[in-house]
Amino acid sequence: MERYDLAIIGAGPAGLAAACAAYENGARKIVVIERDREAGGILNQCIHNGFGLHHFKEELTGPEYAQRFIRMVKETDINLLLDTMVLKVTQDKKLHIMNPQDGYKIVSAETVILAMGCRERTRGAIGIPGTRPAGVFTAGAAQRYVNIEGYMVGKRVVILGSGDIGLIMARRMTLEGAKVLACIELMPYSNGLSRNIVQCLDDYGIPLFLSHTITEIKGKNRVEGVCVQKVDKLGKPIPGTEINFDCDTVLLSVGLIPENELTRETGIEIDHRTRGPVVFENMETSVPGIFACGNVAHVHDLVDYVTAEGFRAGAAAARFCQNQIPAYDSKRVTTFKCGDNVSYAFPQHIRPEGINKYAELFFRVKRPVINAVIELKSGNEVLCSYKRNHMAPGEMEKIIIPKEALETADGLLTISVAGE
Amino acid sequence: MYDVVIIGCGVIGASAAYELSKYKLSIAVLEKENDVACGATRANSAIIHAGFDPKPGTKMARLNVLGSRMMGELCEKLSVEYSQIGSLVLAFTEKEMECVRELYERGGKNQVPGLRILTRDEVLQIEPNVNVEVIGALHAPTAAIINPWGLCLALAQNAKINGVDIHLNSEVVRISNKGGHYHVETTSGAYDTRYIVNAAGVYSDKVSDMVAEPFFRITAVKGEYYILDKSQGDIVNYVLFQTPSSVGKGVLIAPTVHGNLIVGPTSEPTADPEDTSVSYRGLEEVVKKSMRLCARISFKESIRNFAGVRAMGGDDFILEASAPNFINAAAIKSPGLSSAPAIALEICDLLKENGLDLIEKDSHTLYKKKPLFKNMRPDEQKKVLELDRRYGRVICRCETITEGDIIEAIKAPVPPVSIDGVKRRCEAGSGRCQGGFCAPRVHEILSREMGRAMESICQGKAGSYILTGKTKTPGGGAV
Repeated sequence: MERYDLAIIGAGPAGLAAACAAYENGARKIVVIERDREAGGILNQCIHNGFGLHHFKEELTGPEYAQRFIRMVKETDINLLLDTMVLKVTQDKKLHIMNPQDGYKIVSAETVILAMGCRERTRGAIGIPGTRPAGVFTAGAAQRYVNIEGYMVGKRVVILGSGDIGLIMARRMTLEGAKVLACIELMPYSNGLSRNIVQCLDDYGIPLFLSHTITEIKGKNRVEGVCVQKVDKLGKPIPGTEINFDCDTVLLSVGLIPENELTRETGIEIDHRTRGPVVFENMETSVPGIFACGNVAHVHDLVDYVTAEGFRAGAAAARFCQNQIPAYDSKRVTTFKCGDNVSYAFPQHIRPEGINKYAELFFRVKRPVINAVIELKSGNEVLCSYKRNHMAPGEMEKIIIPKEALETADGLLTISVAGE
Repeated sequence: MYDVVIIGCGVIGASAAYELSKYKLSIAVLEKENDVACGATRANSAIIHAGFDPKPGTKMARLNVLGSRMMGELCEKLSVEYSQIGSLVLAFTEKEMECVRELYERGGKNQVPGLRILTRDEVLQIEPNVNVEVIGALHAPTAAIINPWGLCLALAQNAKINGVDIHLNSEVVRISNKGGHYHVETTSGAYDTRYIVNAAGVYSDKVSDMVAEPFFRITAVKGEYYILDKSQGDIVNYVLFQTPSSVGKGVLIAPTVHGNLIVGPTSEPTADPEDTSVSYRGLEEVVKKSMRLCARISFKESIRNFAGVRAMGGDDFILEASAPNFINAAAIKSPGLSSAPAIALEICDLLKENGLDLIEKDSHTLYKKKPLFKNMRPDEQKKVLELDRRYGRVICRCETITEGDIIEAIKAPVPPVSIDGVKRRCEAGSGRCQGGFCAPRVHEILSREMGRAMESICQGKAGSYILTGKTKTPGGGAV
């Protein structure tokens, strides 16, 4: 059986960054396993620019951003295994893998990093009424057809959901010659980045209908139109507000779901809020030696943060392989609880032995707020507070927590956000 | 000149074709869609009923019980997914308990084997997730779950390799009686035949009207369903029914043979026999009514909603000639799927009564679908991988369907022509991402293997185009 120090599942931005960091930190026998024919993950179809502003301090396209990491990996002797599916991971870190060249085999690894990314929510998940014709695509599937395969998926488009991929596709379809009639958002605010609203909708005169949803898809064989209605505070359509669009295509950008079927089968603890594995400060999951990073752990809006998380997981896995793990005191673990207006906090646990002076905590708000005050409390005692002008669910937030604050806590900290 | 032309290739038409292919006859099946199993056969509860529900003495009662008895062996023979898990009719009130006792009596008269009335404790022991207010149930151990389109496909594939012509995209537009034989005109050509079997589902009245005085009418009744992710697939162990009402058997909950959970249907007449749209109201009704049986289902795990249209007409199946040598197999509502193998035998008898000689062939070839790679034993997987490396490439990640599986489906006697056709044959795209990742790959494989342009491949039925052209070309996307 082939043995590796580290096996990384997924060669998207998270997996590639993890591989680089693990190599730099002394892990040697590394394999990165990718199910697609090329490394780079979803970045390969993200041909727009705007990637890398934080990490490289310049604006790159998705493929360019991926290529930098692919090059770094190729300069090492990291084994990049493409067109290969991981079918199973056991708790003792045996990976059942399969590809056309080697068939079915089992490899063993000292550590594993899960970096499988996420998938898109579909029509079936949200139950849009109407007929079921061709021409309803998830935004990502349409993006693959247009940007990689070179085919157009329609001429008159309505986009449901204002997630980033939907916004980017509104612009892409327009640039490719289609007419994007509207972007429809159920919530009273967009879940996409503000810059994408401006650059992908406003700049092209595409209307954004907030608090609206598609209440009927029409058409027998191909989409022939949609009915859109305003919704009340509970998200229920309001009669009399119907607007009909004559379109042949509906693109869905209605949320991303971390892809954790493999994780679940391995028996790793899952957080129902992030829908990803519960991790510690070094990205280690509930199974020692198995780490997770990127969108498989929680959905990110910027690839730069995915890269940073990949680095953290890679470095931690390398230390694990070299037996450089601190002696953790299970009594000193801090767990985060979501208080008012916080949908999730990440990582779920922090061990003081795993950090230097500060810990980073990522989270999202449930509703947009302005003049926000973020509080970190132990019981009723406020340990730290932070201010932000504006916060929205579509933008992941980060706070820095001093180590002392963690050490004064009794193991449970509540993060909450107040504001207008 | 054909001996028999069967109109419609749903499960009834395909069952008849399969049964008749055992005899020395020249046979054709005419199907208006671009694939088999496109009507009620692909959109139903996927249940084999035990047979306690139909009124004693009806054709429905007799054929359901016989069909249900034949089904296990047939599915085993043709490699169709089938599992005899049994069903429970749950009662929550004394009145419903009375209904359970009535069904028990009726089942006895219909000669349904193994029926038992269970107490509350017995129900909760074998089905711990049902609503605890249950007071008793009727247990029918012979009820089963099945892959209905898989059955239809297997029957059609077997009919085809035993000499039956299957003409797809052939909607019957006119039938003329030429005195001694029929001339059937379709959208793809005309065919002469001595006998006709009308298995045209929701259109069977229209087809009968082409040759005979109107003597039955079909009402299309729509039923909406939820399909839930495999995470919900083991919430129940049995097919769970409400006690039936005048409008049908009501909303049921059942595991599917693929490991998902199916919940539905509603029951609403529709003017358009092809109206398979779903509605807020219908889906809400499914959720609400299912809660009464079992409140533990997480509808957030929904992966698909669909609606099917059932062909209703009178109280019983219509299995009789409406013109000389013109046999109707019409109004085959529930339990039509359960009765299908028995209906096929009945059709053979009716043809015989009308003077058709049924002489058995010396041999009948069996076409058995290769199991999916994921369902093979490790030694079989190893062997198949050595012979064809494409089995090592997973295309559909949710269902672990390989390129080899997809190519096997494409090479079958009745090949798929669409993305949905591939899905029905090998599950690619039927999982939680609903083809989000694999549809473009399946599309590419179909295009390559069929030697057809990407733009010409449809999602499902003819006209359900996916692509409008290449990018950067006039007409591709430009408005």
